[in-house]
Amino acid sequence: MQQTIMSYVNAFFIGGLICAVGQVLIDKTKLSAARILVLFVTVGVVLTALGLYQKLLAIGGAGATIPLTGFGYSLAKGAFNDVDKYGLLGAFTGGIRATAAGISAAIFFGYLASVAFKPKPKQ
Amino acid sequence: MLEKKLGKQTVIFKQPPTIAATASIVGPKEGKGPLAPYFDQILDNELWGERSWEMAESKMVREVLSKTALNASKAVSRIDYILAGDLLNQCIAASFGVRESGIPMFGVFGACSTMGETMSLGAMLIDGGFASNVVCLTSSHFCSAERQFRFPLELGAQRPPTAQWTVTGAGGVLLSSEGTGPFVKKITTGKIVDMGIKDQNNMGAAMAPAAADTIFAHFEDTGLPQDYYDMIVTGDLGRIGREIADDLLSSNGIRIGSILNDCGVMIFDMKQDAHSGGSGCGCSATVFAGFLYDRLKKGKLNKILFVPTGALLSPTSVQQGESIPCIAHAVAIENG
Amino acid sequence: MQQVMTGDEYKKYVDSKAPDSKLLRNVIRAFSVGGLICVVGQFFVNSFSRMGFDMDVSASLTSMTMIFLGVLFTGLNLYDDLGRFAGAGSIVPITGFANSIASPAMEYKSEGYVLGVGARMFLIAGPVLVYGISASIIVGILHYLLKF
Repeated sequence: MQQTIMSYVNAFFIGGLICAVGQVLIDKTKLSAARILVLFVTVGVVLTALGLYQKLLAIGGAGATIPLTGFGYSLAKGAFNDVDKYGLLGAFTGGIRATAAGISAAIFFGYLASVAFKPKPKQ
Repeated sequence: MLEKKLGKQTVIFKQPPTIAATASIVGPKEGKGPLAPYFDQILDNELWGERSWEMAESKMVREVLSKTALNASKAVSRIDYILAGDLLNQCIAASFGVRESGIPMFGVFGACSTMGETMSLGAMLIDGGFASNVVCLTSSHFCSAERQFRFPLELGAQRPPTAQWTVTGAGGVLLSSEGTGPFVKKITTGKIVDMGIKDQNNMGAAMAPAAADTIFAHFEDTGLPQDYYDMIVTGDLGRIGREIADDLLSSNGIRIGSILNDCGVMIFDMKQDAHSGGSGCGCSATVFAGFLYDRLKKGKLNKILFVPTGALLSPTSVQQGESIPCIAHAVAIENG
Repeated sequence: MQQVMTGDEYKKYVDSKAPDSKLLRNVIRAFSVGGLICVVGQFFVNSFSRMGFDMDVSASLTSMTMIFLGVLFTGLNLYDDLGRFAGAGSIVPITGFANSIASPAMEYKSEGYVLGVGARMFLIAGPVLVYGISASIIVGILHYLLKF
């Protein structure tokens, strides 16, 4: 029980911290949302390759996997795993293999949303 | 020697055209703003029964044209020319809006300064003896502008406090060779001014130097005293841009801070989350056609200098890292 | 008119005029909302693990669920309100990635299902995939080379 509660607390702090870094970048550098997302994924890939993101993940759990840096982590980890299994080919198959569920879900649900919903202006 | 030209940028009319009527249609957000009582029609829905935001904007142009003619009690067939423009690529709101009118049309692009540009050209057409009745039409629509210049509506992005809110609205102004005023006495045509601002979210700062430049040129060309006008009203500089324009003019010896106003500041309340203020072709058009024209007609204002401002950028130029060239056109309007 | 400032001076002057974007307030909001979204994610990870799925499968199921929720809230016209409040707090989590796909898909439906929805849904997600996947290939190749 204690462990479960701690997993929520850690997810909140690590996840919140990663988002706070993003907010500082938006306010201080005027980077657009698209550039922030690109930056976070790439940083996630690089930190994972350097073996650093794994440490954050060990503490934060979903707090580290849910932010887009976690998407970068999955891409890099997938590439490493497949390289270990299949050699050089793995560098090309691993990233998408590891993130296939998320990417496919986003495309499919996004498509369904366009069928079912309409954009609405705000007052 | 050109007898109607004053200085480098100004034209003075020999037979000043009358503004015979105006009309305005605005969206729901504008209809909750402080100028709501002055608009002819307030939509309760941005789509207005159409299939797309662009078609809704065209419908506003179409309806505002017939309202303008109606308000002047003039048959649409007596209109010689339509001068119209908007913000959308290839000015589709204007062209589609007047498609069925059967009236000769000049499409005009001056971004958010288009109302100033069309009124300038319309007044010249009339004083030149080429037309007796000219309708100037401009429009903008928050939703069609967002998707063209920024992001999809449902994207969860934040706007910085310097950003402005594109007005949903269309305005029409009927200029006529006969009538009892208010009259378009002079125009000062702006030149492009670019101070190197690249931030699309701070258009007020980009446009302010252009507005200051045109206002300065107007006083220099005409030699009028600085307190000549009851109000000098820029198009859509917003709160920050208005302040900057005031500073720039002051440092050039023109102190008009107390009478300098801005349509983008007037159209929304601070509480309406429109950040620095309104923008878009529809901003100056509806504020003029709604509020300012009413004040002129009732004699609350007798001399105004109306200076719509435009940022001449495109999504392509922004992505290619270009700065934002801007322009402002001044129209001097007086009773009697 | 006399230009009293050069372009650079004008830029500095404009920056001094721009109101503060309330950094501290924005960061607190981003931190709280981003943290809460991750707590929701942690809830799904814990639940899926309890159902007996292994770690990788739980992670994938969690991603899918969060993406579904992100798309759903976008469709219900709520995610942009959240975004206006939370900024990076709702952009950076994977739900923000889902929002970046669903919002253009809905917006550009008026240009048809193929070139409207199909092409434009990658307006923002496209660059993310391009750079994310390319980076993973590069580190994969480096990993391969370093193994020797």
